[in-house]
Amino acid sequence: MILNNFKPTKDKINTFLPLGSIFVIFAFLDVLTNTFLNYNITGFLPQTLNYFSPLLIGYIGLYLIRIEYSGIIFLDKLNKNINSSNLNAFLTLLILFIIIKAISPLMNWLILEANFTGSSKDDCTDNGACWVFIKVWFNRLMYGLYPDVEQWRVNSAFLLLFALVGIAFFVPQKIKKYFIIFLLFIYPFIGIKLLSGGSFGLVYVETAAWGGLSLTFIISAFAILFCFPIGVFLALGRRSSLPAIRYISIGFIELWRGVPLITVLFMAAVMFPMFLPDGTFIDKLIRVLIAITLFEAAYMAEVVRGGLQALPKGQYEAAKSLGMGYWRMNVLIILPQALKLVIPGIANTLLALVKDTPLIFVVGLMELAGMIGLAKTNPKWLGMAMEGYVFAGLVFWVICYAMSRYSQNLEKKLSTER
Amino acid sequence: MNFKKLNIENKKIRDFIPQALTVLALLSVIFYFATNAQINMGNRGISFGFGFLSQEASFDIAFSLIEFDGSYSYGRAFLVGLLNTILVSIIGIFLATILGVIVGVARLSNNYLIAKTAEWYVEIFRNIPLILQIFFWYFAALRALPSPENAINFYDISYLTIKGWYIPKFVWTNFDIFFYSLILAFISIYFLNRYAKKLREEFGKILPTFTLSLGILISIPLLSFLLLGVSLSFNYPELKQLSETSYTYENGVSIIPELIALALALSMYTATFIAENVRAGVMGVGKGQKEAAASIGLNKSQILKLVVMPQALRIIIPPTTNQYLNLTKNSSLAAAIAYPDMVLVFAKTALMQTGRAIEIISITMLTYLSLSISISILMNWYNKKMAIKEK
Repeated sequence: MILNNFKPTKDKINTFLPLGSIFVIFAFLDVLTNTFLNYNITGFLPQTLNYFSPLLIGYIGLYLIRIEYSGIIFLDKLNKNINSSNLNAFLTLLILFIIIKAISPLMNWLILEANFTGSSKDDCTDNGACWVFIKVWFNRLMYGLYPDVEQWRVNSAFLLLFALVGIAFFVPQKIKKYFIIFLLFIYPFIGIKLLSGGSFGLVYVETAAWGGLSLTFIISAFAILFCFPIGVFLALGRRSSLPAIRYISIGFIELWRGVPLITVLFMAAVMFPMFLPDGTFIDKLIRVLIAITLFEAAYMAEVVRGGLQALPKGQYEAAKSLGMGYWRMNVLIILPQALKLVIPGIANTLLALVKDTPLIFVVGLMELAGMIGLAKTNPKWLGMAMEGYVFAGLVFWVICYAMSRYSQNLEKKLSTER
Repeated sequence: MNFKKLNIENKKIRDFIPQALTVLALLSVIFYFATNAQINMGNRGISFGFGFLSQEASFDIAFSLIEFDGSYSYGRAFLVGLLNTILVSIIGIFLATILGVIVGVARLSNNYLIAKTAEWYVEIFRNIPLILQIFFWYFAALRALPSPENAINFYDISYLTIKGWYIPKFVWTNFDIFFYSLILAFISIYFLNRYAKKLREEFGKILPTFTLSLGILISIPLLSFLLLGVSLSFNYPELKQLSETSYTYENGVSIIPELIALALALSMYTATFIAENVRAGVMGVGKGQKEAAASIGLNKSQILKLVVMPQALRIIIPPTTNQYLNLTKNSSLAAAIAYPDMVLVFAKTALMQTGRAIEIISITMLTYLSLSISISILMNWYNKKMAIKEK
């Protein structure tokens, strides 16, 4: 009965709401002054209690303001979303306090006490991160060991690509397909020629010098370009009615899917040369590209197969009844629908491909993560691992997050009601 | 008549030609590679064979579960690597499952803050390449730990240092009896559950199976301690000075930082995918199911246990097994931070010493392949068993 007096109800809102608010505000004030001003309001309490005091006070406060149907829109929303039960109130406070506690050292390290100016490790005098490291090594992180004077070639290759893709979006439908054919079949050769040089007055740059983030893009772009058609063929092969083709496809797909990429790369690097005639040499980058492409094609095949299986049988029958052959049926009727169904799966595979590119370090090629590994072992820049990997993580995160967001949008745009 | 016959033969030929061509192409590629390999190996004076596995390895491995030093064979080195791979996979799977289930359930929470925090956890850790996360933990985070003399002390029982995590060593007497008692406990729990299920389905009687199982699991091993002479004591790690500035811990078990970094990164990365599976599974159980269960008078925990979980697990388990498999395959990234797993020990060190690229890479790939295939066979069997039997 006495407890009932402490139960927050609407008719006692005038006492409970101000009282609860004071408790909650006090709890937050305690944490805030503690983290930012280094002053402990509840310092007079014994140490163990002192440590949990904001949690306890905030918890009481949230209990007091948990008034059902209070009629105050803000309060009702608050109670519904973060304060619906005792457990929820506790978790809410815990998360908020952890965020407040974590944000201050994080901001200090990242920005407030970080070093931005200078040109060597000695210029990093503050406690925070030494972003000078990234600044000094930026060119290397982007272009690898590509000669400084030739870096415009990498830039122009990518600019050309972006320009072409950008234009392809806006040109009328009629010219579009020529653009896409150009992009898929002619541009890669232009790009490679531009990067490797050796003719047209361009200095030859060996692929071992390629590296940094641009190598990530180069490998991703080529692997995406080639793994997609191979994957589609494999998927069709796996669903083929011809047993030999079906079993070969199954064997091929399961072989690649069953092993880790790192062993595939080892295979490309050390085992594959044994299979070639003595004296022939295939560039390491090309071997790695082929390995990654085949590896991802197997995953792509399984995704596409999912789409093929999801199509109702009537689609195949309808196409056949129109007198279409196998290829016409697949290209005109089946694949456009099947591929649309599995856009999220395709996007996930491509995302996995981008995330897998750093693995090429095992065969000695260095993209962004590999370059950071190189830079942090430079005697002048020891102890910069944290800055380097945080930067690389951020770059990859932005790329991958943008890709996943784009695929979600695409999925929404292309979805047709069934 | 004639026309029809021709058409059938025509179709047979049409089917035969592409298959024959594919097989022929495949065989000729294999033949081409095989001859080249033979010539190349002949030039280098090595012949194909697995005899090298019994040769002396003459290298050391930093961390192994079974006894190993340079005098053991390459075959033994392979076994050490395989066991290390399995060890990190099991730790990773265990942690990833716990974290994944927590995050997955948190994403479904009606508390806005918890749901958002879980969502951002997934978005952040899923979109950063695993190898970068491993590098981050190993080269950046764990390197910031103190040296042994200033170790982070957990109640004088275990110490976290830059050289690794030192935990007490378990000293068992009569471990085998304890082990058998555990097996006995699991068998009796299995039969108890079967009996409880029978009671429930035939007589509608409900036994408190969870409490009973827990009781069995605790009491039988406890009895083995009390009656059968099993005992357990701990060797706590102790600080020891090696030289003026160099310290180390003795007597305990040292968990090397490579293992910690790898297990952390693998479990945090894989947990994001498991969380998504859990969320999809719970959301995949229709609201009507819960309402129907409630309307026949089941209480909340019964609804969860008898109606929601069996259906959700059917959705969750297949993709989650896939993630376990991925985790095991991803554990090969150990090679990047020198954790001695199968790839590092065998496909890198042993390969460098023997030069037998073809044999070693094939053994490594076949090991992973047989692991994947056996799990997928198991999965197909499970799916068939669990599939909803439609009438």
